[in-house]
Amino acid sequence: MRPWHKRAAIIGGGLAAVGIAAALVLNALNSNIALYVTPSEVAAGKAPHGQAFRIGGLVKDGSLKRDNLTVHFVVTDTVKEIPVAYTGILPDLFKEGRGAVVQGKLDADGRFIASEVLAKHDENYMPPEAKRAVEQAQNGAKAKP
Amino acid sequence: MNENKLVHWFKYASPQSFYPLAGKMIPWFWALTAVFGIAGLWISFFVAPTDAQQGEGYRIIFIHVPTSWMSMFIYIVLACWAGLGLALNTRLSGMMAQALAPTGALMAFLSLWTGAFWGKPMWGTWWVWDARLTSELILLFLYLGFIALQAAIDDPRRADKAGAILALVGVVNVPIIYFSVKWWNTLHQGSSVSMTKSPSMATTMLWGMLLMALCFWMYSIAVALMRVRAIILEREAHTEWVKLLDEVKS
Repeated sequence: MRPWHKRAAIIGGGLAAVGIAAALVLNALNSNIALYVTPSEVAAGKAPHGQAFRIGGLVKDGSLKRDNLTVHFVVTDTVKEIPVAYTGILPDLFKEGRGAVVQGKLDADGRFIASEVLAKHDENYMPPEAKRAVEQAQNGAKAKP
Repeated sequence: MNENKLVHWFKYASPQSFYPLAGKMIPWFWALTAVFGIAGLWISFFVAPTDAQQGEGYRIIFIHVPTSWMSMFIYIVLACWAGLGLALNTRLSGMMAQALAPTGALMAFLSLWTGAFWGKPMWGTWWVWDARLTSELILLFLYLGFIALQAAIDDPRRADKAGAILALVGVVNVPIIYFSVKWWNTLHQGSSVSMTKSPSMATTMLWGMLLMALCFWMYSIAVALMRVRAIILEREAHTEWVKLLDEVKS
């Protein structure tokens, strides 16, 4: 064994050890690293009690209602739903049917009082014409059967 | 057996022979930077269509995505040089690592900065502590820590070793950045371009982004080579060959 073989082996071993340690730590912290919980997880009681947390999901189609300065909408993960009330300015990308992350607390009625609403963008980038074509294709597919 | 080949390959690991080679390569990389940069910016601003949801604001990805890629890639290259330096005790490795760090830090900073500018209008916030953003911030701190640690130790060989260990330990962060959007719930969207699926992006947008990525790539190489030449001169100032260089004599 030449000396540099030995040093390379030590480096490799060290990297493996650091990697395994990092994997274990991240695994243990898993739930804390997540930025938000889904409505299903809230329903399963995984949300923290009595303290602010974030819920992420889709803004349900047709659920957005404005009541003076307060907006009401429903966040869904297509399985469970949570009604949200928020007073403030919504971001540009916030729309029905799109992703959103809301921060706040659950009140006694199971309604989520949001202090902050963030829009979640997806990874799709396309020009308006392409988007119209996609929507037409989807509507066509829906209309046929 | 292949001892001859090895010696030949190692020739450029000596600062003395790498210095003129780097000097010859630098203008080519600057030329490529300009070519890719002009083509990339042209496509980014004039050819690529407006995005259906984000309007014109999406054009920040032409800087944001390439700088994010570069920040991660430069770190991996830096860690490879660091590992080589520790294992083989080659002098050039530490110099290369030292030369790459400021460019990597710049890329990480640009990535975070442009991301914040995009995040405010699109998400509604400059910053969230989600896994992607936080791990990229840690990457910036790793670069800064590497630079600071190396600068804090006077003996260059010891500085290289200390920096190399930091660089190697930090390399676990790179896969965390890359996969963070898959492993955890994050506000940051998933990758639009990946090796496993076709890109979810209009073709001209993708071309603009790839050309800009090549531009940043060439820029990083050119700047790193210039920096490594300066580091070679500084560290080898006592040697005969440096004293005989035209640019040093005059």
